[in-house]
Order: sequence, then structure tokens, then C-alpha cells
Amino acid sequence: MIVPFATPGFWPAAGMIAAVVVSSTAGEVLTAAAMKSIGDLDEIRAVSGLGGAIRAVVTCPLFFAGIGFLTLAFFSLLFALNHLDLSLVAPASASLTLVTNAVAGKVFLKENVDRRRWTAAVLVCIGVYLLAH
Amino acid sequence: MAHPTLNARQYLTLGSVGLCAPLGDTCLSRGMTQVGPISLHHPATLVAAVFTPWIAAGIALLIGFFASYLTALSWADLTFVLPTTAFGNVIVALLAHFWLHEPISPQRWAGIVLITLGVGFVAKGPSLTERPAGSEDVERIPVAEERAR
Repeated sequence: MIVPFATPGFWPAAGMIAAVVVSSTAGEVLTAAAMKSIGDLDEIRAVSGLGGAIRAVVTCPLFFAGIGFLTLAFFSLLFALNHLDLSLVAPASASLTLVTNAVAGKVFLKENVDRRRWTAAVLVCIGVYLLAH
Repeated sequence: MAHPTLNARQYLTLGSVGLCAPLGDTCLSRGMTQVGPISLHHPATLVAAVFTPWIAAGIALLIGFFASYLTALSWADLTFVLPTTAFGNVIVALLAHFWLHEPISPQRWAGIVLITLGVGFVAKGPSLTERPAGSEDVERIPVAEERAR
């Protein structure tokens, strides 16, 4: 017999979604920072071959830090899905992550997030929400 | 090295990022549906499922996605690459509509249009933030090549 969970209140639900968004953003930013520190993989592959490109990636500690946070994001998502509806968790986490990544890209990676990229982030964010809701 | 405009190979990599993830997810979904319910009491069934054609194809496509994603991040900004990954949602919706004949509501069509506009908007701009001469980016390629050796 399946016993239904009691629906969590607003703050627990917000906390679960925030955990997915924060860990996912940390993972994406750390992975992006790792790849920037490694350099253009196409150029490395041209010089050192596919093995050299793979070696460059797997010897970068930042890459594994990113993978660690992405793994945490995956399990946070599973936990959230265990307590909340997919129709809430999927669009909320996907669209919020786009905005937090734009902010984190500007703050931590010093990317030039100009008006064009902000507009794109907001359009995609609303689009993902409409598509998944 | 900055890439203000992308070359054909880089567009191909971004195309792989956008296509491989939704195609991989679709293959996994179809494969898992064919396999049927799997009990945690019989984990060997899950291992056997990995070797079925649809699931193996799905895993190969997701490995392709991750390799393309890492490659794209090595020469483009995170805020440039991420909208491309979101374009995967559009591909899934279109696959569901034209392949699985699922209906798409006007609200979802609106979502598809907005994501397509957003991706097109960001793709028109530069892919990588230009750094002033003397910043750490100038030295990164030799360091990476040294690590690759």
C-alpha cells in the first residue's frame, strides 16, 4: 500500500527547490571555471590528441569540484521530487537556475553579461516555465 | 584566445549540446518503458537494461552531450552555452509532438517561441568575454597544453 506524503508547506518546498538551484549553479560555475582554466579543448586535441584532451580535463581539481556539486544537485532533485510534484520542481528549478547562472557567471566568472544575455536568460527562463508547467 | 565569431566546428559542437541531451533522454525513456517495472530487489535487471539497444543509445548520446558541453565551455562563456542546453526542451517538445503524436497546448508553443528567440538572441552576440591583454587568459593555453602532455 502506498502512503501519500503530506504536502510540504511553502518554506520547506522553497528550501528544497533552493537546494537544487544553488548546488546546480555551483556545479555549473565550477565546471565552467575548470574548462576556462584548461583552455580550448579543440586546440589541445589538435596538439595532444583525444587522450591529451581527456588527461587535461581529469587532472583538473576544479572539474571534480564541479562534478561533486552537480552530483549533489542530482540527489537534491531526487529528494525534492520525492516530496513535491514534478510539475512544480522541474520548471521552477530549470528556470531559476538559468537566472542564478547568469548572476554567478557575472560575479564569479567575470563574464560580460550584457543586456542581450540578460534578455536571453529571461526569455529562456519564461519559455522553460511555460513549456514545463 | 577569444572567439568573437564561431566557426563551423564550434556551431556543430553547440548543435550537439542542444540535440544529444534531449535525444538521449528520449531514448532512455523509450528503453525504460520497454524494459518494464524494475524492482530494487533485483538490481541485476537494471544492469541488464543498460545493454538494451535504446538505453545503450541513450547513454552514448548523453556521453556525447557531456563531451560537447565541456568542449563548448572551454571556448565560450557559461551564459552563452546555457541557453543552448535549454533549447533541448524545445527539441523534446517537438519530438513528442511529431514522433509520439502528443498534443502541444498554445502555452507550450509560446514557451517554444520564447526559448527559440532567447537562444537566437544570445547566439547573435560574442561567445566569449574579451579579456584585457596580460590577464590570466593569455597564459591559459600553454598551461593547458603542459597539463595535457
